[in-house]
This record gives sequence, structure tokens and C-alpha cells, in this order.
Amino acid sequence: MEILRYDLVILGSGLAGLRAGIQAALTSKGKIRIAVLSKIHAMRSHSVAAEGGIAGVLYPEVTGDSFDAHAYDTIKGSDFLADQDAVELFVKLAPEELRFLDHLGVPWSRTPDGRIAQRLFGGMSIPRTAFAADKTGFFIMSTLYDNILRFDNVDIYHDHMATSFLMENGVFKGFTVLDLKEGTLKVFLAKAAIIASGGAARIYGFTTVSYAVTGDGAAMAYRAGIPVKDMEFIQFHPTGVVPAGVLITEAARGEGGYLINKDGERFMARYAPQRMEVAPRDIVARAIIREIMEGRGFIHEESGLGYVYLDLRHLGEEKINTRLPFIRELAKKLVNVDPVYEPIPVRPTAHYTMGGIHTDTYGHVMFDAKNYVPNLWAAGEAAAVSIHGANRLGSNSLAECSVYGRLTGEAAAKYALEASSSMLELSSSLEEAVKREEKRIFDELFKTETNAEDPYQIRGELWRTMDTYVYVFRDEKGLMEAGRIIRDLKNKYKRIRVDDRSRKYNMNLREAIELGNMLDVAEIVIVSALARTESRGAHYRLDYPKRDDVNWLKHTLAYYTPEGPRLDYIPVRITRWKPEERKY
Amino acid sequence: MSEKTSGAVSKLQLSTPEISPKTVSKLITLKVKRYDPDAGRYKLSIYRISVTRFDTVLDALLKVVRDQDHTLSVRYSCRMGICGSCAMMINGVPRLACMTNAISLGDVIEIEPLKNFPPVKDLFVDMDQMFRKHRSVKPWLIRRDEEEQFTAKKEYLQKPEEVDAYRLFSTCIKCGACMAACPTVASNPDFLGPMVLAQAYRWSADSRDEGAHIRFDIVDNPNGVFGCHFAGACSAVCPKNSDPALAIQLLRKSILRGKR
Ligand SMILES: Cc1cc2nc3c(=O)[nH]c(=O)nc-3n(C[C@H](O)[C@H](O)[C@H](O)COP(=O)(O)OP(=O)(O)OC[C@H]3O[C@@H](n4cnc5c(N)ncnc54)[C@H](O)[C@@H]3O)c2cc1C
Ligand code: SF4
Ligand code: FES
Repeated sequence: MEILRYDLVILGSGLAGLRAGIQAALTSKGKIRIAVLSKIHAMRSHSVAAEGGIAGVLYPEVTGDSFDAHAYDTIKGSDFLADQDAVELFVKLAPEELRFLDHLGVPWSRTPDGRIAQRLFGGMSIPRTAFAADKTGFFIMSTLYDNILRFDNVDIYHDHMATSFLMENGVFKGFTVLDLKEGTLKVFLAKAAIIASGGAARIYGFTTVSYAVTGDGAAMAYRAGIPVKDMEFIQFHPTGVVPAGVLITEAARGEGGYLINKDGERFMARYAPQRMEVAPRDIVARAIIREIMEGRGFIHEESGLGYVYLDLRHLGEEKINTRLPFIRELAKKLVNVDPVYEPIPVRPTAHYTMGGIHTDTYGHVMFDAKNYVPNLWAAGEAAAVSIHGANRLGSNSLAECSVYGRLTGEAAAKYALEASSSMLELSSSLEEAVKREEKRIFDELFKTETNAEDPYQIRGELWRTMDTYVYVFRDEKGLMEAGRIIRDLKNKYKRIRVDDRSRKYNMNLREAIELGNMLDVAEIVIVSALARTESRGAHYRLDYPKRDDVNWLKHTLAYYTPEGPRLDYIPVRITRWKPEERKY
Repeated sequence: MSEKTSGAVSKLQLSTPEISPKTVSKLITLKVKRYDPDAGRYKLSIYRISVTRFDTVLDALLKVVRDQDHTLSVRYSCRMGICGSCAMMINGVPRLACMTNAISLGDVIEIEPLKNFPPVKDLFVDMDQMFRKHRSVKPWLIRRDEEEQFTAKKEYLQKPEEVDAYRLFSTCIKCGACMAACPTVASNPDFLGPMVLAQAYRWSADSRDEGAHIRFDIVDNPNGVFGCHFAGACSAVCPKNSDPALAIQLLRKSILRGKR
């Protein structure tokens, strides 16, 4: 078996991973060797899908914006579950990141005098979202990818999929990694590592995220004894195209788009009279489902899905072409609707994982409230710092990826510079762990059983279950049922079979491994959601419709046990903004 | 799945994507030419599959994988035409499978791995060489003062018209469709190819960049900008309308102007 040794290994090459890689290369001035792993080609990472923009206070002297205003919007948007010290750090660093990205070459949309243009986004009190047309994530990603190529001490491993963490005595040692192109298992040993493996919204069938967003990082961390935080908070984006689920960016509403029901009414007036269509996502998503539920939506003939309309017609062709060209292209190609002339059918779609690997204010991974994994960091959607609390504001995620990519890249590089190379030894107990992983993948998943289960059927059941019971509205009975189904699917998963026997680019094998991760993550989401008997942000319980600060102003931590997740709780860090009722 | 759910939730969830009461669907045939790495040759697999009005070629392939043949390997991720994973030959033309409607292609769709790339397995091809070429033209923002570049205090001002000078070429998703269509790439594997040359131009045309002369030196040869015969096939197939042929022309012009 091939063993590779690096000072720093970064898992994931999305916006967070690439930003971390660049910062680590700069901080170490070429003195450490860095590996970036990605289970797909690095520049195909899911971050390319981000459309609307990236938030940051750029020109306070011109716009009257301030760090405090950005912090308050973020905290209020989070339904007061965000850790306020982290939010304060985040809003201060965000504008520096936008300028850094500019210095790498992002093709921003600009104002006539050459400054970076900003637009309005949901839950933001002022236009502070910088953008590059409606492909902001794509442009930032390709700029970061291009720029990381300049560093000779960074090796990018495309099509390399981590399957487990190697840990020893509370210290992170490395990953077992499946080289998908060759079909062999490798070991990557590291003095320090950053988990930037993205979110988990693919545990849902109706979702905006790419197929690769399967929560691998969270699942591997969880199985390695690291807690996963606040997983009950899954964001449903209000406007997924029916029937595909593909995203229509919030910028469409930020630029002035309307949401209308069957009666042609701008129904948001009933739910958020002041902010209307640009209220935060949790509120808009619930409003849409209520409209549909109360018979004021439409029913999509082929899929049976209820929906409402997103109407952009009044924006005019020119604005749509300059500000939302990708939306026009997507709507035309995917549902044969030209938004210049027709409204787009939309409904809420699983979009973002607020929860993730438990870290401190700086992205340093922790076992609980006090104890650190000394050489492990997490950044981007894989981490829960927590900036977003119970509900993320649009355009705060790309900013978080960049800010925390930088912070963790710097911290991990400094750690690796000082660490001794004895950290890169493979002890005999670790060797055992590697052998067990080899056995799990090549013997257990590949075994031929007569009554074996089909992974794609299990995945279909998982999607149906999450789409039905763990969606915008939840209640105890539904969550109990979901829990029962998932446990049943986990039992079935033990008997699955991979039909493809070949080694090279075996997608069947990759998807079977991902399915195992998705089932673990889904179980954590359900168990955490069932325990939280209140409604906060994106987590709405019909049987407990009120926020309950007395009992629930706290973060959930889920720990692995063989019987299923064990939950623990830690307090929210509050600095200057006392919880108040959330009105828009 | 059990139907006995809590009343409230089941009333709210009008339905899930799988429940399709009135699906308008049609049976089509997919002929997939796939590469078998163990045998070292191509083989043909033929599938009959039902597709609905909005299904893309990628949707159709994924239905095959799910329902008929778990062993078929397809490269895909975003399914929204932005990650560049799913370029393949569809009825002889390099296209993104996720942005190509299936029903409108007729009853039979022929699918092959992307041309001009070494096959690896089924529809997977090896893109390493393309990305090595891409790296060789230094596709990043070059500044004389790197210290200043990496400690950004202010953004570089850039007028909208200055963005327009390179914006089109920055939309390239590196899917490789243009490389598959290019006759020069087919006959000369060392030719940098449209995607790579367009990227050399994209960075050089950026008003924030100071490295054009370095890139011009790299591409000023028969394997670079002077290998292009202006067939124009690249721009014709580009799914993002990024017009690599135009970029190559502008690049050649800039180099010739520099020599005068
Ligand atoms: C359609 C859409 C639009 C969005 N628009 C916006 C927006 O306008 N503004 C905003 O702020 N946010 C937006 N978001 C959210 C934002 O895009 C994501 O939160 C962000 O891109 C996540 O980046 P990341 O670097 O954390 O992870 P990702 O970009 O998901 O990258 C994860 C990386 O980890 C790798 N990886 C995962 N598992 C493994 C494994 N087991 N082994 C090896 N590698 C692995 C993947 O290959 C990939 O490289 C949007 C999201 C979607 C879905
Ligand atoms: S120029 Fe067009 S066809 Fe060529 S790689 Fe880029 S997006 Fe694909
Ligand atoms: S799957 Fe991403 S471009 Fe087709």
C-alpha cells in the first residue's frame, strides 16, 4: 500500500479548501509540502454552483454600512444561535477577503467608476453582497484554482476520495484515501489537516447541491469520535426550479423579483410586510409552503409537486441579461421557460448545511467545550463555527469559506512548520486501522451476497424520507417515522452489493461509500431535530412552533455510539446582541 | 415507505419528487460506446429507457445507472452546466450531457467518451494533459510586486469596459468540448488547444495583470497560437459561448503587434 507524507493535508478543493491552500502556501513561504485532496477534479467542486454573491462591508464611507450592521443582520438572521464573537471576527475579515480575491483576478461586476458593485440580499439591511454576474461562486472558484497553480509546494490530488480519518490518542494522523482513477487505497499522513469537504444537502432528493455534496467530512469526523454540531439546521432555499430542484439565486429577488401565488398576489405581504421577498430564507420558504398547503399554489403536472411563481418579467430583458444571465439560461434549458416573458415555477429546496464539524471561533476542531484536536481544523460548509446559527443569510457562506479558509490555512501552516516529523510515523495500531478500512471497502462492499441490497434503492428511500418528514415543517411523529426508516436502511446498507467489479473509476463503489456517509449524517439530522422541541431559524416544529430561549439557546453536539447518535449541548456565546423577537 | 404519517406533516408535504401522477414520458434508445480498461477496447451497450419532457441526457444516463446497469461510469457533479464534468460526444458533437434535453434528440441517442482525450473507463476520459497544458501558460494574475498583491489594502479599480475586455473568456468551465472539436488537437497532441490559449489570453487581457509578455513568450510558437488554423469548431461547440476562437485571434494579434 502506498503511503504519502505531507506537512499539511487539506481535504476538499472548494472555495474553503483552495483559499486555505493558498494561505498555507503564502504563510509557509514554500517551506512545507501541502496536499489538496478532492474526490472529483478540483475545479469541479460544488462551490462553482454558487450564484448570487459574497457579503462584506466594502465602502462604509459611501454606503453608511458598518461591521456592526453586518454582524447584527447575521445574528438576527441566525435566530440568535450564532456565536457572536465568531460573527464579529468574520465581518471584520470579510472585506479583506473580497480585496484579496480581487488581487487574484476575480471578474467582479463593477460600478462605473471601477469599484466592486454590491447588491441586496435576503436578511441584509443594505446592499453589501459583491457579485460577478450571477456566477459568483464559479468565478471565485476558477480564480482560486488558477492561482493555486502558481505554488510549487502544493500538490493537488484529483479524484482522490478520503474514506476515513486516522486518529491516535486524540491526535489527527491522516486519511485513508481511495484513488478513484486506479482503484487503490492509499494512506495520507499529515502533521496537520484542514477539513473543507463541504455540506451534506444531498441527503435530500429535491436539492440545489451537486451530487458530490454527501457529507463525507462530517460522517468521517463523527465516526472518529469528533462531535458534529447543530445538524438539525438544514436550509431550504425558497426558490428551487420545479421539477429539477436547481437553484434560482436569491439575487433574482434582490434585484426586484416577485413571488406570486395562484391568485396573482404578492403573498409575502402577509408574512414579512417590510422585507417582502427579501426576508430571510427560512421565513420565505415557510411562506411558500403555507401558500401551497392552503391551496393558493399550483400543482406541477408531471411531478405532482406544489409550487408558486417567481416573476422577473417586470425587471426587463436588459437587467435580466446583465444581472441574471445564468438564471435565464438555466430556466430556458431546464424547464423551457424564458423569464423575460414567463414566470418561473419554484418551491423550497434543500440547500445548505448550517451544522457541521464542531470548531472554536477560529475553526480549530474540538472534542467538546474545552478539548482540542491539536492539529485539526475545519472550514467552509463542513464546519460549524458557528457563524450561521439556525439560519444562514445568503452570500455569507462564500464569505465564510474565504475568511475561514484563510484563518485555518494560516494556523495549520504555522502548526506544521513547528511540528516534528515523528508525527508522520505509522504505528502498528494505525496500520491495523488501515487494514480494517481496506477490508471494509474491498471485501465487505464488494462481496457477492445472494440477497444483497441495491444501494440506489436505499438512496431513493433515503431521499423520499428526508423530503417528506425532515423538510421545511417537522413534527414528532414524522421525525420518529424518519428515524425508524433510516435505521432500517442502515441495516440494509450492511448487506449492499457493488455490481461493478472493476477498479478504475468505479462510480458504483464511490456512490456506495457516499451512501454510507449520507445515512450516518441523515440519522444525526433526524435525532438532533427530534430532540430540539422548539422552532428556531430553519428548524420549524409544528408541535413546538415557538422559539424557546430558556431551554434551547444552545448548540447541539452529536457523538457517535454504535447504537446511534448521543447528544450533548454547549452554550451559545453572546457578546453584544441580546436575543429578541425576529420580525421582518 | 409507510403511508401512515402524522396528519400535519403529510398534509403539508404535498408530494415528493418521486410521486409522478401524470408523467409525460417516452421510451428512447441510448447507444453508449464505452471503454473497457481491462480489455483495452471499446464496447457498445444499448439501453431502452423512459424519459420525461425535461430530462436531460445526463438524467437519462443516471436512470440507466440506477435501474439497469450499475457498472456504467459517468463523470458528473453539478447537473447545472457549471462544473464542466459531463462533456461527452452526443450524436457526434461534444456537449454537456446535463444541459442537453433528451427527448428533443429523437428516438436514438448515441453517446461516446469525449474525443481527443485518452479514455479511462466507460465515459471517463483522462484530462490530466489538458490541465498540465493549462498550467503551463501561467493562468493566474501576475504582478511585479507580489508582496503588495497578497496583502491587499484596496481593490484594483477596474472599469466595466475593462472587465468587458476579458469577461467573455473568464466564463470558460474547462469542460474540454472545444479540445474535442479541434482538428489541430486531433492531429497534434502537443498543440496547446483552444481552451488553454483562450485562458492565456484571458489573463493577459486583464487590466490588473502585468504578465502578458511572459505568457506571449510561452504561446508564440507552432504548438501555441500559431498552430491554430482558425477552423472555428471550438467556438461552435462551446456550451458557454465563451468563444475561444475569438480569444485566439486576439491573442495572435496582440503578439504580432508586440513584434512590430
Ligand atoms: C446552487 C447554490 C448556490 C449558492 N449560492 C451562494 C451564494 O450566492 N452565496 C453564498 O455565500 N453561498 C452560496 N451557496 C453556498 C455555497 O456555495 C457553499 O456553501 C460553499 O460553496 C461551500 O464551499 P466549501 O468549500 O465548503 O465546499 P465545496 O465547494 O462543496 O467543496 C467540497 C470539496 O470537498 C471535496 N470532498 C468532499 N468529500 C470528499 C472526500 N470524501 N474525499 C475527498 N474530497 C472530498 C469535494 O471534492 C470538494 O472539492 C450556494 C450553494 C448552492 C448549492
Ligand atoms: S472554451 Fe468553452 S468548450 Fe472550451 S473548455 Fe471552455 S467552456 Fe468548454
Ligand atoms: S454535471 Fe456539471 S457541467 Fe454537467
